[in-house]
Amino acid sequence: MIGGLFIYNHKGEVLISRVYRDDIGRNAVDAFRVNVIHARQQVRSPVTNIARTSFFHVKRSNIWLAAVTKQNVNAAMVFEFLYKMCDVMTAYFGKISEENIKNNFVLIYELLDEILDFGYPQNSETGALKTFITQTGIKSQSKEEQSQITSQVTGQIGWRREGIKYRRNELFLDVLESVNLLMSPQGQVLSAHVSGRVVMKSYLSGMPECKFGMNDKIVIDKQGKGGATDEAGKSGGGGGKQSIAIDDCTFHQCVRLSKFDAERSISFIPPDGECELMRYRTTKDIILPFRVIPLVREVGRTKLEVKVVIKSNFKPSLLAQKIEVRIPTPLNTSGVQVICMKGKAKYKASENAIVWKIKRMAGMKESQISAEIELLPTNDKKKWARPPISMNFEVPFAPSGLKVRYLKVFEPKLNYSDHDVIKWVRYIGRSGIYETRC
Amino acid sequence: MLCFHVCAGEIFELKAELNSDKKEKKKEAVKKVIASMTVGKDVSALFPDVVNCMQTDNLELKKLVYLYLMNYAKSQPDMAIMAVNTFVKDCEDPNPLIRALAVRTMGCIRVDKITEYLCEPLRKCLKDEDPYVRKTAAVCVAKLHDINAQLVEDQGFLDTLKDLISDSNPMVVANAVAALSEIAESHPNSNLLDLNPQSINKLLTALNECTEWGQIFILDCLANYAPRDDRESQSICERVTPRLSHANSAVVLSAVKVLMKFMEMLPKDLDYYGTLLKKLAPPLVTLLSAEPELQYVALRNINLIVQKRPEILKHEMKVFFVKYNDPIYVKLEKLDIMIRLASQANIAQVLAELKEYATEVDVDFVRKAVRAIGRCAIKVEQSAERCVSTLLDLIQTKVNYVVQEAIVVIKDIFRKYPNKYESVIATLCENLDSLDEPEARAAMIWIVGEYAERIDNADELLESFLEGFHDESTQVQLQLLTAIVKLFLKKPTETQELVQQVLSLATQDSDNPDLRDRGYIYWRLLSTDPVAAKEVVLAEKPLISEETDLIEPTLLEELICHIGTLASVYHKPPSAFVEGSRGVMHKRLPARTGSPDVGTIAGGSGTETAPSIIPSQGDLLGDLLNLDLAPPTTTGPPPPTSGMQMGGMDLLGGGLDSLVGSPMPPRHASGLVPWHSSVDDLCPQVWLPAMKAKGLEISGTFARRAGVIQMELTLTNKAMSVMTDFAIQFNRNSFGLAPAGPLQVLSPLSPNQTIEVSLPLSTVGPVMKMEPLNNLQVAVKNNIDVFYFSCQYPISMLFVEDGKMERQVFLATWKDIPNENESQFQIKDCHLNSDAASNKLQASNIFTIAKRTVEGQDMLYMSIKLSNGIWVLAELRVQTGNPNYTVSTEDGWGTTGGAVDSPSCVYVVCGSCYEV
Repeated sequence: MIGGLFIYNHKGEVLISRVYRDDIGRNAVDAFRVNVIHARQQVRSPVTNIARTSFFHVKRSNIWLAAVTKQNVNAAMVFEFLYKMCDVMTAYFGKISEENIKNNFVLIYELLDEILDFGYPQNSETGALKTFITQTGIKSQSKEEQSQITSQVTGQIGWRREGIKYRRNELFLDVLESVNLLMSPQGQVLSAHVSGRVVMKSYLSGMPECKFGMNDKIVIDKQGKGGATDEAGKSGGGGGKQSIAIDDCTFHQCVRLSKFDAERSISFIPPDGECELMRYRTTKDIILPFRVIPLVREVGRTKLEVKVVIKSNFKPSLLAQKIEVRIPTPLNTSGVQVICMKGKAKYKASENAIVWKIKRMAGMKESQISAEIELLPTNDKKKWARPPISMNFEVPFAPSGLKVRYLKVFEPKLNYSDHDVIKWVRYIGRSGIYETRC
Repeated sequence: MLCFHVCAGEIFELKAELNSDKKEKKKEAVKKVIASMTVGKDVSALFPDVVNCMQTDNLELKKLVYLYLMNYAKSQPDMAIMAVNTFVKDCEDPNPLIRALAVRTMGCIRVDKITEYLCEPLRKCLKDEDPYVRKTAAVCVAKLHDINAQLVEDQGFLDTLKDLISDSNPMVVANAVAALSEIAESHPNSNLLDLNPQSINKLLTALNECTEWGQIFILDCLANYAPRDDRESQSICERVTPRLSHANSAVVLSAVKVLMKFMEMLPKDLDYYGTLLKKLAPPLVTLLSAEPELQYVALRNINLIVQKRPEILKHEMKVFFVKYNDPIYVKLEKLDIMIRLASQANIAQVLAELKEYATEVDVDFVRKAVRAIGRCAIKVEQSAERCVSTLLDLIQTKVNYVVQEAIVVIKDIFRKYPNKYESVIATLCENLDSLDEPEARAAMIWIVGEYAERIDNADELLESFLEGFHDESTQVQLQLLTAIVKLFLKKPTETQELVQQVLSLATQDSDNPDLRDRGYIYWRLLSTDPVAAKEVVLAEKPLISEETDLIEPTLLEELICHIGTLASVYHKPPSAFVEGSRGVMHKRLPARTGSPDVGTIAGGSGTETAPSIIPSQGDLLGDLLNLDLAPPTTTGPPPPTSGMQMGGMDLLGGGLDSLVGSPMPPRHASGLVPWHSSVDDLCPQVWLPAMKAKGLEISGTFARRAGVIQMELTLTNKAMSVMTDFAIQFNRNSFGLAPAGPLQVLSPLSPNQTIEVSLPLSTVGPVMKMEPLNNLQVAVKNNIDVFYFSCQYPISMLFVEDGKMERQVFLATWKDIPNENESQFQIKDCHLNSDAASNKLQASNIFTIAKRTVEGQDMLYMSIKLSNGIWVLAELRVQTGNPNYTVSTEDGWGTTGGAVDSPSCVYVVCGSCYEV
């Protein structure tokens, strides 16, 4: 198991060091600094073995978190734990920075004592931790409170405490998708997928039992067979796909996985406040919101002509926002002239790219940029690698076609029903890695 | 150890604050103490003052004091006892959080006297009414076991722990499982985790209810279970599959491990088997959208899974396409998997991708991409032509490392498809001058030799290489020798002079035994029977197989059992990187049961033929002639060998003699061995820098473990080509050290790869006095060349375990030894009392025979026996309060004799032992 955990600043000074196992000595702290933080080469692996001691590290801004062990530990678990550790710290004191860590070091030690015991991760849900580890010192608790804390930390529903009350029961669902594309210069889709998240913010009283439904192909097909007429399904929505094929999905630990496996129904008792209910991935029938058509021509050895057309491919009534096209330029660029029909374009020498920004663009439109790039003559034999043209945008729909069908709430002990809960649903599609080779 | 000294004033100030009456001030002071502790300052002097703050009802202050205790209790065991009372009291506290805190902290204090007091509170806590206390106590049993295993067994804690597996609280179950698994690992045959269908059922129930971490503990434990039949294994699989949808990647990978393992038992014709295969692909792909570090772990595991069951991911090629912004470690791993998944169906896409990658920035990545194109050609015959033309395009770019890499793979393509693509040779020859890496040069020479009859100016080309023959690496020299002989056999008339020249270069002017021997064999073949020579040298070569770099099947099976763990990341069995008894047990996949068609199953897809690896030295004939450089197995003293024997087996004689003339490591002024030659475990010394050894870097240390001397070598390949065929040999040395087995480097060492090898040493080799005494001259051979280096070992590793002399004998011997043999010196700044020193020395096999106290001085009499039978007697004078020790040593000659200068070794002994 994890033998020790160290946090360093960018210089390699130790900010936090907590050793859990006897086989990890103080020299391990220095070994990591010397071999990884101060190493001249770029980091070639997140796992480093130095003299039979293994170091796992992640970096958050310029802070290094390293877990150390001499055993054959579960490597995936160690990384998951390090991420979790970052989440917990962020939930307690915000950004992970040297200053915040130094100001909160007592709290961090207290947390480390609680969430890792002898190197074994324990309950690390912030909701539960915050009931008994606070920054303002420990409140004196009554006996009932104490046993409530312990039963929550160890209980089956470790992520929610009892007795939550809201005057207004309300919940927000955000379907956040990032659409990824790699396209050849000829417009052939090399790979495309959507990775999506359903984020739920809930302010519900008691211990509400929730059930979430979406237009999952497997569920819809099953219902179709179960008696309802296919006709109704097809004509109902009016445009757009009825159901989508989800390649794979993973759920927050509050979701009953065996129930999903058996019936494909998503039921859970949510944590209070925000949580990422599910993540999913789709690859079939993705709506690609934009298409990029590049044209690069080398005119002699010292000049390049670039023309890029972007086409929006969604309903004309919808508006895409924050559009940004990044056209890479060679390292030996000496000057650039740009003409664009819409938005603003600028050559950024420090980033070796032309950045073209458009605030808004409606569906089924087209825009174009052309640029002349002057090059300095070089005797570098190696050809310019031509990095792909990348794009950023935000659209108000889910490119995978996912639709939320329902989210039902039952709280048998309290007297509010599903109808009394105010529900909000929002769809946002963003670009992930959206690249077209040129 | 890194220590900053805290100035006395600061300590004094803190002391005052700690003893303040105001609670707030106290707390702030403890915080300051902890802050100093974190950065490595020594604040142990404040121990009593901090412990005094322990009795408080302020939980935050208490936790801080506990943190301090965990750090310093070991260095102040006597004072730590002061804390025991508070701990015991806290274990009775009405607040469960405090009870748990006390038992948790107590387990972290590794002081015997405290451990004794821990048993009773722990017993109570294991049966506590509050689950939070029970789950903490469960882990505490594992802690206690780590300190004192016997105590845990005697006190019956293991049984209590087993009972906790049936606890009503899932988290208690999970921690109990984790603790038991860890304890079971150090007792491989104890059957501690008595897994049976009932207990498995309990675990599977708890699996649905516990935290994500608990699920990992349970799944990892389940993976060790061997189901009785295929039905049972199917039912477990059914209950584990829902975990594949968990958001935590580690839960997913552990579930994959259980499924991959238990799947082995399912009959292949079962519907469920197919369903399971289909269910495994999506979660594996999803892992690739995790953070990069996790992606890396996932990819290393997918690499194993793809080798074991290629059918799972065969349709998922696209997800392994490299993204422009992927970190380099993710890129390289993806590329590896792409090659493994390449097939006729997807080859066009793969090739297009690889061609893109060959223009990227990172040199390693580009090289790997070029190599991958060659692999595709060999793997998918239909694509060979396109691959070759792609490679030619890349050669046209004239980027040096791309060209070299392309030539190396084209050589392999020629091997696979002889007489098909010779038209490209002309293009290759154009780039002859730009080749500067041995592997590429060797490949090019092989091509010229192989197709000498079709290259008009083959003799000119080869002659141009011959000019700098002695500066080439062995690989190139061997290749050049063979190529010229081939050329001669094909065009005997014009090339007689050339062949004479190369044969004389190889046999008379070379120190390299491999080269010499190969030269002689060719020479004799050619001079006795040219027809036979033709048959041998120009024999038809066996075709190379298509799969490369496969992990050896038994290792692969073991690694599959370790999915998700470090072993699967390193692709090494745990025993290769874990010390001690843990992980020594080799895990195996279960055998398939109850299926009628065992024969066909064993086949699987693509595994029925054991694929051989492409030898990096294109010529198989060369490999046949490679001499085996295994260490001599004879134990008697070998006959004295002098100098070099012509073409003989004395591989070291010549090489090491020449080494004597080379600069030696700086010697200690007095001729004594510097005491710091004992090596800190964490920083092995570099023995052979990569500069001197054509890219091979060797560093290492020595250690004595369980009576066996181990040489711990770390080999790093800093060259651009793969290294294979490692062997090691020692020159004669003072104590007759010799390798007790061959150098275990099982797989080829690829560029930038590092491996650690542990070489057991025996002390029965030939003896010769070295200067300095503990100097060891070593020769290491690989496919490129033979390299020589010398290193120094700590004498203390030669001290044998039975070095305790009888008191009477000691007395008699001490008197017998003449005074000239005595030497005296002081050890400075050693703050140990005589007992601690004695214990410490005993750990290094320096035994205290007697102790007496004279005028406030402790006199310790000690004996040491060296592996060659020499006894060393020592007197250690310790004055309390004086950090300087005086040592007088006398040595008694054993039977072996020799001009060994022994006081110097005692000097080493004492010095190094204190270092420990």
